[in-house]
Amino acid sequence: MGLEEKLPSGFVLTTVEQAAGWVRKASVFPATFGLACCAIEMMTTGAGRYDLARFGMEVFRGSPRQADLMIVAGRVSQKMAPVLRQVYDQMPNPKWVISMGVCASSGGMFNNYAIVQGVDHIVPVDIYLPGCPPRPEMLLDAILKLHQKIQGSKLGVNAEEAAREAEEAALKALPLIEMKGLLR
Amino acid sequence: MTTPHATPRATTEGTVYTVTGGDWDEVVESAVKSDDERIIVNMGPQHPSTHGVLRLILEIDGETVTEARCGIGYLHTGIEKNLEFRNWTQGTTFVTRMDYLTPFFNETAYCLGVEKLLGIEDQIPDRATVLRVLLMELNRLSSHLVCIATGGMELGATTIMIYGFRDRELVLDLFELFTGLRMNHAFVRPGGLAQDLPPGAVDQLREFIKTMKKNLPEYDKLATGNPIFKARMQDVGYLDLTGCMALGATGPVLRSAGLPHDLRKTDPYCGYETYDFEVPTADTCDSYGRFLIRLEEMRQSLRIIEQCIERLEPGPVMVADKKIAWPAQLALGADGLGNSLDHIRNIMGTSMEALIHHFKLVTEGFRVPAGQTYTAVESPKGELGVHVVSDGGTRPYRVHFRDPSFTNLQAMAAMCEGGQVADVIVAVASIDPVMGGVDR
Amino acid sequence: MTENPNANGDEHNANAVPAPRDTGGEVIRVRKGMFGANNGGDTSGYGGLIRTVTLPGAASRPYGGWFDEVADELEGALEEQDLLPANAIEKTVVDRDELTFHIAREHLVQVARTLRDDPALRFELCTGVSGVHFLGDKGRELHAVYHLRSLTHGRIIRLEVSAPDSDPHIPSLVAVYPTNDWHEREAYDFFGLIFDGHPALTRIMMPDDWQGFPQRKDYPLGGIAVEYKGAQIPAPDQRRSYS
Repeated sequence: MGLEEKLPSGFVLTTVEQAAGWVRKASVFPATFGLACCAIEMMTTGAGRYDLARFGMEVFRGSPRQADLMIVAGRVSQKMAPVLRQVYDQMPNPKWVISMGVCASSGGMFNNYAIVQGVDHIVPVDIYLPGCPPRPEMLLDAILKLHQKIQGSKLGVNAEEAAREAEEAALKALPLIEMKGLLR
Repeated sequence: MTTPHATPRATTEGTVYTVTGGDWDEVVESAVKSDDERIIVNMGPQHPSTHGVLRLILEIDGETVTEARCGIGYLHTGIEKNLEFRNWTQGTTFVTRMDYLTPFFNETAYCLGVEKLLGIEDQIPDRATVLRVLLMELNRLSSHLVCIATGGMELGATTIMIYGFRDRELVLDLFELFTGLRMNHAFVRPGGLAQDLPPGAVDQLREFIKTMKKNLPEYDKLATGNPIFKARMQDVGYLDLTGCMALGATGPVLRSAGLPHDLRKTDPYCGYETYDFEVPTADTCDSYGRFLIRLEEMRQSLRIIEQCIERLEPGPVMVADKKIAWPAQLALGADGLGNSLDHIRNIMGTSMEALIHHFKLVTEGFRVPAGQTYTAVESPKGELGVHVVSDGGTRPYRVHFRDPSFTNLQAMAAMCEGGQVADVIVAVASIDPVMGGVDR
Repeated sequence: MTENPNANGDEHNANAVPAPRDTGGEVIRVRKGMFGANNGGDTSGYGGLIRTVTLPGAASRPYGGWFDEVADELEGALEEQDLLPANAIEKTVVDRDELTFHIAREHLVQVARTLRDDPALRFELCTGVSGVHFLGDKGRELHAVYHLRSLTHGRIIRLEVSAPDSDPHIPSLVAVYPTNDWHEREAYDFFGLIFDGHPALTRIMMPDDWQGFPQRKDYPLGGIAVEYKGAQIPAPDQRRSYS
């Protein structure tokens, strides 16, 4: 996104990474992407008792162009999917996605013609948050975990390296159907 | 003028520009060149003040809305179809997620329908009915609070939003205590309720009523007389009685036109005819009237809740007929609320017949005689009707919800056309549509 | 289904063929076996059991309560308009304290207007239309069910209209009850019922380019099998089920 992306790897880059991560995680602006039941819990999280302002996140941006976090709060219908992707594309980099609730994560109980079976078919997801709907505390937990992730995010050549490693790991990973063990 | 962001398209009514973002100056410039100020604005489906994923298509001339249309279906979940593949008891799990602000109304309406098909309305224990009323009235409070809170926020009044969610949390605390869940409870079941109130519930309820009686006047102080609030709300979203009747609008929208139509009075269910409460109306036909009606309804709900507490007699909360009563005995375990281990041990260990019976009821469910029924309850938004059809099987053949949000939202065009753009938001907020209910 | 749904305008009486009549209880399904399982064997020994499922049939007078009054008024009002009640009302069903008039579809609009306007009937509020698809009810597969509420008299009745799958046309009630606008669009969207005379019969819930009518009984649920750690659970409509 700027000069720091062009730094060579080494001590300077890792220091810039830490500084950038710290700054980024402390002022994440979520886009208002309320869809269904989870949106009400998301609003509750922003309101008085749970007070998302403690994490520098109380400003829900109406415009995706000013937001860097999309909380997909609720079931995504086939009709909504293109809209969701467009909103995601309008957000500037770097951007993150929390898939809030089981409907957004996997289609949940609505395994039918109308609902997209997991928002990860449309946009890359950073945090999957289970629950129907998740409690505000769970959303806060997801947000704090996302903060950790943002803090550890790489820049420049390190980011390319991290992406390559992640891809290799994903290619080697066993398909779900071939995994054995307890169903949990 | 053509830009990648505003492509012109010739129609029979002149050039139409489709604006997809981009440089505003260019958009304005091209609009000026077409020498009229008619712009078609697409609000939503992702918009901070359209109450969820509602899409409004407005044709505006300057600041005036000349035509308004709704685009809905962005939250269509296929719940009605899903219900056809689950048994009757499991149905409550789906219907509770329709209008997610009024879960108990959806559940009760559905269960009243199933009970009517089964012909067991008279066997529902009194305690279950009283608790249903209690839960519905609590739910009316929480739904109206969200309506007022988000409606206020859409006007730019964030204080009222914080207040509304503060008080809603108090209701949700009670819901969590009673049912184990904050939302989407699936607590009302065909035949009664999933379980009884936990110990200490009534005390906490009394405490809640005391707090609410202190908190409710704050909305009056904050908003009712507030000149800005009144200026934004009065005479906005006008829909008179003729319009309401033609468009089938019910609930606060109809009552703001002066007709005291409330199913709790005119077509009572769950014994509402025995409760003492009033149906508030207004004669202003506008958003402000609807706001005042909602405030008054919350006070009336508190009155009903107080009467419910007095009527709570110990007793069963599920029908005695073991062929219908879902054998749930819930207890708190290490991993949350689940089947009571004692209950399972009892079934598994003591009687083979009990085990078979439990197995049949849980895997197959009970059968409902063929036929159809329509039951309606007065949800916070209006008449919530359920058309349930059975083919004599263990699963619903067809369940159709006549959701008040869906019907009332049709009135949006009538309320908004001819008004200002900013008033569209106020009008939509005063209808209080919940897209989960609209689209289902 | 290929013709323009709005082509007939108000002249829907002209080309709507009367649906086959059925005054008895409609057979909607045949249950087989002990548990009505849809796949797999029936080991109960009652695998050959065949039972038909019938909806409640026509009731005979007196219907009881205010039902007779409404039926008399309606028949009288229709006669005044030179319409033989027996032609318009296929049958009257009283079941579970609810009154249902099965209306021949070509007379639906006239009956609805009478129900709305006659001072003794005054069913001012229509609560929309609910489509039902009875696959087993040959020749009358698609039902449109209307519930009319009278605020003046505090009554509620049901109108039921049927159409065969091959000719899913029903006259629109939007002219009588404007509230039915979206409700009829919804029934069209989900069941493919074409409401002749509707001002803009388009899809409302599903995307505009959607194929098929998803809540018909012959349209699959559309769920996918869920995989997890070596286990695969079929979609709800693919599982063994009992009915």
